[in-house]
Amino acid sequence: MLIPLLQGLKLTFSYLLKKKVTLQYPDEKWDVAPRWRGRHVLTRHASGKIKCVACMLCATVCPADCIYIEAAAEPDGRRYPGRYEIDLTRCIFCGYCVEACPKEAIEMSTAYEISEYSRGNLLYDKERLMEPPTPRYELKKKAG
Amino acid sequence: MESAFPVLLVLIKTLLVIVAVLTFVAYLTLLERKVLGWIQVRIGPNRVGPWGLLQPLADGAKLLLKEEITVSAANTAVYIVAPLIVVVCALIPFGVIPFAKGLGLENVLGPVANRFDLNTGVVADINLGILYIFGISSLGVYGVILGGWASNSKYSLLGSIRAAAQMISYELGLSLSVIGVLMLAGSLSLVNIVEAQDSVWKWFVFRQPLGFILFLIAGSAEIARTPFDLMECENELVAGYQTEYSSMKFGLFYLGEYAHLLFLSSLMTTLFFGGWQGPILPPIFWFLGKTFFFVFVFVWIRGTYPRLRYDRVMQFGWKTLLPVGLLNVMATAFVYTLWLKYVG
Repeated sequence: MLIPLLQGLKLTFSYLLKKKVTLQYPDEKWDVAPRWRGRHVLTRHASGKIKCVACMLCATVCPADCIYIEAAAEPDGRRYPGRYEIDLTRCIFCGYCVEACPKEAIEMSTAYEISEYSRGNLLYDKERLMEPPTPRYELKKKAG
Repeated sequence: MESAFPVLLVLIKTLLVIVAVLTFVAYLTLLERKVLGWIQVRIGPNRVGPWGLLQPLADGAKLLLKEEITVSAANTAVYIVAPLIVVVCALIPFGVIPFAKGLGLENVLGPVANRFDLNTGVVADINLGILYIFGISSLGVYGVILGGWASNSKYSLLGSIRAAAQMISYELGLSLSVIGVLMLAGSLSLVNIVEAQDSVWKWFVFRQPLGFILFLIAGSAEIARTPFDLMECENELVAGYQTEYSSMKFGLFYLGEYAHLLFLSSLMTTLFFGGWQGPILPPIFWFLGKTFFFVFVFVWIRGTYPRLRYDRVMQFGWKTLLPVGLLNVMATAFVYTLWLKYVG
C-alpha cells in the first residue's frame, strides 16, 4: 500500500525541480504563430500609396459586418478608399477579408494586445490601420 | 519589585515565542504557495517584494482591510468566539515544545534563571507535556464545531460535523502512535523525550518506525491537511466551517490552521527526530531545520495526494489506524520488556 504512495511523492518531487513553464505575461510575451490572426493592417505599395482599391469584397464577405468603406477616386481614375473603418468590437478575426482581397491590401498582423479603455478606440480608421502595430512581435518559433 | 521581575521575564519569553511562531506561520503561507507552485511547474508568488517575500504582509493587510461580515442569522457570541478558540488552541501548545537545550542566560540573570525555568529553551517544561498537548489540541476542535454551527449555514454545519467525526477517529490513533515513544523514553515531558534521543541511532524514528508512520498519517488528519481536509472540502462544502467567515475572523481560522501545521511539525521533530540535538550548529538551527523539513513534507504531501472520500477516511481511522496503533503499543511493550530482561 505504501509503495504507490511513495511513487507519487517521487513524481511530484521530480516536478518540483523541473524548469517552470510559467510565462510572466506583461514582462514576457508569448510568441504567436506566424499566421496568427491579430489586428488588421492595410498594406502599401513601395511608393507608399495604399494598395486597397475599394472593391468592397472584404466588406461583403465579412460575416460580422464590421468593415465600412467609402470609395473615392484619384484624378487619374484610380480608386482608393476614402474611408476604411474596422470595428474591432464586432470583428471575429476570421480572416475572410484577407482571403477575399484580390490585391493583398489587407493583412492580419500578429498583434494581440489590442484592448482599450474605451470602445471608441476600438473603431480603427484608415490611418490607424495603415500603421504597422506597435510593438511588433518578433516571431522566434515556427508554428505548424 | 523583587517578585515581579521574574514574572516579567517569563512574560517576555512567552511573548518572544509567540511572535516567532506568528512570524513563521505567516511565512509558512508563502512557503506553501511556493512549494505547491513548483510542484505544479509554476513559479509561485513573486510579485510582492523580491522572491515574493512581502507576500505574507500583503495578504495580512488585505485580510485586515476586508469587510467584516457577521451573518444575520448567526449566533453572534459563539460566531465571534469560535476563531479565537481555534487560534488560542493552536498557539498554546507551543509552550511545551523545547526548541533548545539552554539559552545561556544563567550568567546574565543569576539564580533567578534556574528558579523560573528561564534558562531552558522551552516556555514551560511541564512533566505531563504530551498529555497537555493532546488535551489542548482536542479543545481546538471546539472552535471548528462552534464556528460551523454558529454560522447557521448548511455547508458550515456539515463541515463541522465532519471535523468532529474525523477528530474523534484520529485522536485515538494519534495518541496510540505516541505511546510507544513514551514507553521507550519513560517520560511524558518533552524535554526528557528529546534527551532520550541523544544520538542519531537513538532517534525514535528508528526505534518506532511504525509509530512514526502512524503519527504522520494521524497527525495530518488531525491538522486537517489535504488528504484529510474533509472539513473544508472546497468542492463539496465550499470551505466547510469557514464558509460564512470573512476578514480577520477568517484570517484567524487560517492562522490557526497554519499554526497547527507548524506545531505538528515541531512535535514530530521533538518526538521522533531528536528535537534540538545535532552536531556543530546551535540547537535552535537544528530544531528549526528539522521542523521546516516536516513542514515541507506536509506541503509536498498536499501537492501529491487527492482528498480521500469521507467514508474511507472513517474506515481507515477505525479499521486500520486504531488496530495497527494498538498492535504497535503491544509489540513495543513486549519487545521492550524482553530487552530489559535479557539484554539491558
